[in-house]
Amino acid sequence: MIKTDILIIGAGPTGLFAVFEAGLLKLKCHLIDALPQAGGQCSEIYPKKPIYDIPGFPEVLAGELVDNLMEQIKAFQPGFTLGERAETIDKLEDGTFVVTTNKGTKHQAPIVAIAGGLGSFEPRKPLLDNLEKFEDNGVAYIIKDPEVYRDKKVVIAGGGDSALDWSIFLADVASEVTLVHRRNEFRGALDSVEKVQDLKNAGKINLITPAEIIGLKGDANLESVTIRKSGDEGEEIELEVDNFIPLFGLSPKLGPIADWGLDIEKNAIKVDNTLDYQTNIPGIYAIGDVNTYPGKLKLILCGFHEATLMCQSAYQRIFPDKKYVMKYTTVGGVTGFDGSKKEAPKAVVKAIE
Amino acid sequence: MSDIKIKITDRDGVTHEVDAPTDMNMNLMEIVRSYELAPEGTIGICGGMAMCASCQCYVKSDHELPEKSDDEDAMLAEAFNVEDNSRLGCQIHITEDLEGLEVELAPES
Repeated sequence: MIKTDILIIGAGPTGLFAVFEAGLLKLKCHLIDALPQAGGQCSEIYPKKPIYDIPGFPEVLAGELVDNLMEQIKAFQPGFTLGERAETIDKLEDGTFVVTTNKGTKHQAPIVAIAGGLGSFEPRKPLLDNLEKFEDNGVAYIIKDPEVYRDKKVVIAGGGDSALDWSIFLADVASEVTLVHRRNEFRGALDSVEKVQDLKNAGKINLITPAEIIGLKGDANLESVTIRKSGDEGEEIELEVDNFIPLFGLSPKLGPIADWGLDIEKNAIKVDNTLDYQTNIPGIYAIGDVNTYPGKLKLILCGFHEATLMCQSAYQRIFPDKKYVMKYTTVGGVTGFDGSKKEAPKAVVKAIE
Repeated sequence: MSDIKIKITDRDGVTHEVDAPTDMNMNLMEIVRSYELAPEGTIGICGGMAMCASCQCYVKSDHELPEKSDDEDAMLAEAFNVEDNSRLGCQIHITEDLEGLEVELAPES
């Protein structure tokens, strides 16, 4: 059981900044995120895109913003459970919550802050009739252990970075790699596109474009896929494969959080915006894009504000008898849980002779 | 500047005729959201960067639309339920030329 003061669900910018504000109050945080890396949408969808409305940053790339936030919260030593989706929540008799992920990891905290954005990112699945039958029997949407594909015949579908990168990687692992995409053009880093071109020329990647996988065949396990080439002929190819990896990106789904007994409106969690962004369940807060209230704006800067007020309220819940006076970081400095201390340099008092 | 009329068929097959302002720097995805013709969180997920295809729609009328950018073209190449008349709503800027435009929202995926 992982124990912490504030359990944050979602490691996007709002969740990350909550760690900083909690740290100033000497509260420890642990974050759960379904993605394998921190940063939420900023890292997953648009890391190379600029953002212009972060106060104090005339322009910052989304990926850089995440790097900066990670640096800012480092001294508060947040824990991370990445690549796992928060699945269930249970309230214990002592008023604390236990959140269990889809992999069974349990987390206990007196405060839960849902900073889940638009939800957890789930792989987008192609529309094929018997797709589900072959899930874990030859079809996978996420590559966890590349060794699974050693000496196997693999077909990858998709036209983005992950399709390119995994084709390149598996070219050295699998016995046969086929990459199928609906266009001749790929959207990815230039060197990835060039690398795939080289591997294709060297006969290490079998490239079929423009084409689409339209059928899956096999008894218990996947045995072959039907590939339809676009164009006038519409030629169909039956390709024997052991594995099919569709890589069509990820789309966010609110998911299991929707069943936690929280008031939901328009795919978002209703909160009390006049006070502390608490939900209808005391002790559970919702901050950032995942919440809604009159006048809500889904902006990172609003998430930062919400995270700050949430932490103050969380502190009062954990220490109902303590009086807390907010201190500016310029005055109080930042004392990390790792023993580090940052503070404003003291003015020097020295006579001028 | 004035509003134009656009016909939008939602994902349940219901057609709505709405007024779309041409002077507010809006795109078709934003029009759909402003009239709440698709539930929040199911459209415009990336905010209009042509990076999620949640605003895919089929253009039913024969309006001359601006060419697809490489970004839009690439995104549509990875989307599902794509037809020849598919476009990303977020890449269609509302202008007076689009008076009478008819579109249908693609299924959620």
